[in-house]
Amino acid sequence: MIELRHVDKWYGPNFQVLKDCTTRVAKGEVVVVCGPSGSGKSTLIKCVNALEPIQGGEIILDGIKVNDPATDLPKLRSRVGMVFQHFELFPHLRIQENLCLAQEKVLGRSHDEAQAKGMKLLDRVGLKEHAGKYPAELSGGQQQRVAIARALAMDPIAMLFDEPTSALDPEMISEVLDVMVDLAGEGMTMMVVTHEMGFASKVAHRVIFMDQGEIVEDALKDDFFGKPRSDRAQKFLSKILQH
Amino acid sequence: MFSSFDFDVIRRSLPYLFYEGMTFTLTLTALSAFGGLVFGTLIALMRLSGYRLLGRVAGLYVDFMRSLPLVLVIFWFYFLVPYIGQWLTGASRPIKVGAFSSSLITFIMFEAAYFSEIMRAGIQSISRGQPAAASALGMTYSQTMRYVVLPQAFRNMLPVLLTQTIVLFQDTSLVYVLSITDFLGAASKVAQRDGRLVEMYLFAAVVYFTISCIASWSVRRLQARISIVR
Repeated sequence: MIELRHVDKWYGPNFQVLKDCTTRVAKGEVVVVCGPSGSGKSTLIKCVNALEPIQGGEIILDGIKVNDPATDLPKLRSRVGMVFQHFELFPHLRIQENLCLAQEKVLGRSHDEAQAKGMKLLDRVGLKEHAGKYPAELSGGQQQRVAIARALAMDPIAMLFDEPTSALDPEMISEVLDVMVDLAGEGMTMMVVTHEMGFASKVAHRVIFMDQGEIVEDALKDDFFGKPRSDRAQKFLSKILQH
Repeated sequence: MFSSFDFDVIRRSLPYLFYEGMTFTLTLTALSAFGGLVFGTLIALMRLSGYRLLGRVAGLYVDFMRSLPLVLVIFWFYFLVPYIGQWLTGASRPIKVGAFSSSLITFIMFEAAYFSEIMRAGIQSISRGQPAAASALGMTYSQTMRYVVLPQAFRNMLPVLLTQTIVLFQDTSLVYVLSITDFLGAASKVAQRDGRLVEMYLFAAVVYFTISCIASWSVRRLQARISIVR
């Protein structure tokens, strides 16, 4: 479904953020990307739907080459859902308008159709009664659940999560993770950048560990948590699981 | 000291001053603000487009307009536009352009430079995550701008845009150099006809002052309300 081959990315001429990154996410697979901050994991996931351009290698999404100038990027992006660290709901629009906007303008659905779809998904994330509110009136956890519903409204073939719980207060993290666990249970293809190792050990099939722009470890979940091969991954795990 | 003044001249000329003068002034202000905002937004988008040539052209335009006195631009346009029109259409004689059209074009072009700077700041005030989220949903550049970025930029900048419009309202009085009957022009015509310069100019000042003051006060109230909503 998602394939990265020898991906290189530079910021400026001197700083290489991604070094020869190769991995793949199969249909229905949940892959967690972890690593210390600044390791390039967020950058990597943003390259998948070309929010960030790459300078070397190639990325294939559902058989289409992402970094090909001839690719219709808006169309390709509309088929992949993305959830951001800071939610990025549109603050000037009500919740239901947030859910309908791209359905109508990008997919060309009728307003009623988009509305019905939006309400169904809003109900699914448990926020139906908030449809008429503005994003600022919701808590962080609620906003993030709306953001997930907004992405799902596009009927994506895969979902990308960029640290979806990092900006949340601790008591709100589980309500967002619950939605993601459900989604994984339904067989959604997911690539998730997160520090939530509990989530990883529960639903991930594979774990990718990154450090300094490299994919240091790409292992099945049990292998990764059982006995990571690299020193760096061992150190990272011992630090993050200490408490 | 007011004994030698004749304030009745104001009462007698009120219909003329307001029906003709003020109507013209307000129409010119509203149309110029609207046109200036549309072109200003386009110029701001050009400057932020990332295409260097487009950005340079827009930047030069803004610098050029902002370095010229408005009166000069008004004159210049009034006398030059007919010739430019002739050149563009290939007509044999200069195209006749009415005083209103000429001053409207001038103000739109001039205000566009100022509005573009305001809109540029407004667009830059939107966090980069917003257009990223819109792109991730599959929106094109123009959809992202139209539905996500510009509405927010416009809302954030509304108080500044309105304040600039109040300045524009006062600046429209400069069209009086083209002998146009705007509010000041009307007052000045009456003043010279009846020899009542002090009364009429005093009255004109009071009217401009009152309208601008009320408008500024409304903008401040609006600003307070917007900041609560956010």
